[in-house]
Amino acid sequence: MENRKLIKIATAGSVDDGKSTLIGRLLYDTGSLTTDKLEAIEKTSRQRGFDYLDFSLATDGLVAEREQGITIDVAHIYFNTDKTNFIVADTPGHVEYTRNMVTGASTSQVAIILIDARKGVIEQTYRHFFISNLLRLSHVVVAINKMDLVGYDEDVFLKIKADFDALVEKSNFKTEQITFIPISALKGENIAKKSAEMPWYLGNTLLDHLEVLEPEDLQEQAFARFPVQYVIRPKTDAFHDFRGFSGKLYGSSLQVGDKVTILPSFTESKIKSIQFFDQELDLAVPGASITITLEDEVDISRGDMIVKSSELPSSEKSITATICQVNHKPLRIGDKYTLQHGVNRVLARVESIQSKIQTDFSGEERAEALKLNDIGKVSFKLSKAIHFDPYQVNRSNGSFILIDEGTHDTVSVGFIEARD
Amino acid sequence: MSTIYFNPKESESIHILREVAAQFERPVLLFSGGKDSITLVRLAQKAFYPARIPFPLLHIDTGHNFPETIQFRDELVKELGLELIVRNVQDSIDQGKVREEKGRYASRNTLQTTTLLDAIEEFKFDACIGGARRDEEKARAKERVFSVRDDFGQWDEKNQRPELFDMLNGRIEQGQNVRVFPISNWTELDVWEYIKTENIKIPSIYFAHKREVFFRDGLIWTANEHVYREPHEEVVEKMVRFRTVGDMTCTAAVLSEADTLETVVEEIRQSTLSERGARIDDKRSEAAMEKRKKVGYF
Repeated sequence: MENRKLIKIATAGSVDDGKSTLIGRLLYDTGSLTTDKLEAIEKTSRQRGFDYLDFSLATDGLVAEREQGITIDVAHIYFNTDKTNFIVADTPGHVEYTRNMVTGASTSQVAIILIDARKGVIEQTYRHFFISNLLRLSHVVVAINKMDLVGYDEDVFLKIKADFDALVEKSNFKTEQITFIPISALKGENIAKKSAEMPWYLGNTLLDHLEVLEPEDLQEQAFARFPVQYVIRPKTDAFHDFRGFSGKLYGSSLQVGDKVTILPSFTESKIKSIQFFDQELDLAVPGASITITLEDEVDISRGDMIVKSSELPSSEKSITATICQVNHKPLRIGDKYTLQHGVNRVLARVESIQSKIQTDFSGEERAEALKLNDIGKVSFKLSKAIHFDPYQVNRSNGSFILIDEGTHDTVSVGFIEARD
Repeated sequence: MSTIYFNPKESESIHILREVAAQFERPVLLFSGGKDSITLVRLAQKAFYPARIPFPLLHIDTGHNFPETIQFRDELVKELGLELIVRNVQDSIDQGKVREEKGRYASRNTLQTTTLLDAIEEFKFDACIGGARRDEEKARAKERVFSVRDDFGQWDEKNQRPELFDMLNGRIEQGQNVRVFPISNWTELDVWEYIKTENIKIPSIYFAHKREVFFRDGLIWTANEHVYREPHEEVVEKMVRFRTVGDMTCTAAVLSEADTLETVVEEIRQSTLSERGARIDDKRSEAAMEKRKKVGYF
């Protein structure tokens, strides 16, 4: 592959904000819609008697939702420019938006929040921004859409920006992490080409803005964490004594010679080699799937974690986390689950539900249970200690999922709180 | 200090393959001889090096494969010391489990599903690794990386497990199995650029060659005994290549002079016809893929 940078984006907007149209437009303007897909869109638009091409048809996938005219799940869409590969996790804006947007945002660095210029900041906007804040996305683009329907009026744009800025003050976001762009997805204004209708807007087009984002700037700076996924023991003549620990590296780099501690045994050793396929490296960067060998014979199995000895994480058997319920089955006090933290699994019991959190920044309330799409603060007792960082400082080592013991479904996602 | 550029999509795919080896007892890699499954084999080599790939390959042979693909498959398996299992659609037909389609658009493509489900049952495979990508088709855009199938191999798109961060949940009931798609997030261009960068060998039919073909519905069909042809459909010789490699009865060729990896990649980059546009089976209906998936098609 050419060394294009990769930017992952989650999109949020309610049903009528024109989100599918925006994505279809991005695909069209980057030349990512192929002839046959474009033909299908033209044909269907004509059949339905539309005056213009309905780009939303490019993304609305499944038969069921075509019939209902809404998107029902997270869909992944791909496009690229010469310099950048983009992955868009498109999440619907209706009732089940919390689960879907949390899911889409968990694999994204950037959120595009769509606002209908005629409606301005509405309750849905609060919720979409709340989730971007909870998940700690690196950057938010507020795309104020349908500017064509408000006469491309700068005052409308400024009013919405001021309303949104009030929201930003309630969050952990800094103002430089938020960018406002006035657009018309339908007419293609400020998507790929600068709008002649809005000369008062001096910023980048949406696509230009997404292109100048750098993955390194979007990646959080955290301690190196190496969860062991799989132990490689070839047992072949050529590699008789080879014992390699493979996994994906998170947080920051590791180097040959680094003094490391293996958890949960707290054994110490040194990194002897870092390998990627048949290459030996001195250094691996976060995000890399590598294999590590150690100077000493250490008993290590899947689920263990290798960290620098000077940067130990917390090791606890009881934790408190913000939970988002992603399954119809509610979470209640006393429930037992398998907790999967990275690739490590332990048993967990719900000790207490401290509160249910309103997703519009309005505060917390008491709750007996967390139902689908609820977000709340929950305390757990674990069968064994896990080795974590608070989600506030480390996204990958601060999150977990809960698996139902009966159905095996993924029922919750958790963001671990710092110890008081 | 020596380090390399880490391709984020490659790292993600390797992570997924290692999760499969760790979470399942009897995984298998579904191998079609096409470029996507060949890419999977390379990724699996990288994931487990210096150990061998810890699962076998399974090829569901329709009997209508291009001979070049079969030859390529056998050479690859030998070179890498892999275990290959082959199950034949012809056997399912002979056993009366499926009936051969007849007529103008007759294909064994949909019949593969039965042979595949039987093989899963026979070997008790609990995870089947496939090379499907989300960019191929709209119904695939919502497919999970770990996609749980019930006892009948069916996909329930409304009841999928959410996949959060990098965490994959492969827990299943007895009798269920999981379809795994490690290159979900790759595009067709990503695959071709990877094949070029890695200098991976692929079957010769991906490169421009002279072939006896005929034209129907604006598509270029291979002319031979497996493909139904009307008397008035005239056979001509053309320089063509294939963008996907499936059953001869459902894979159309494209006119091309691209005979090296460089020129193929360049052609893909410029191309405005999507890969599945050259799949005859999808042309049947807009919802074709989704319907096939619901009944267990890969």
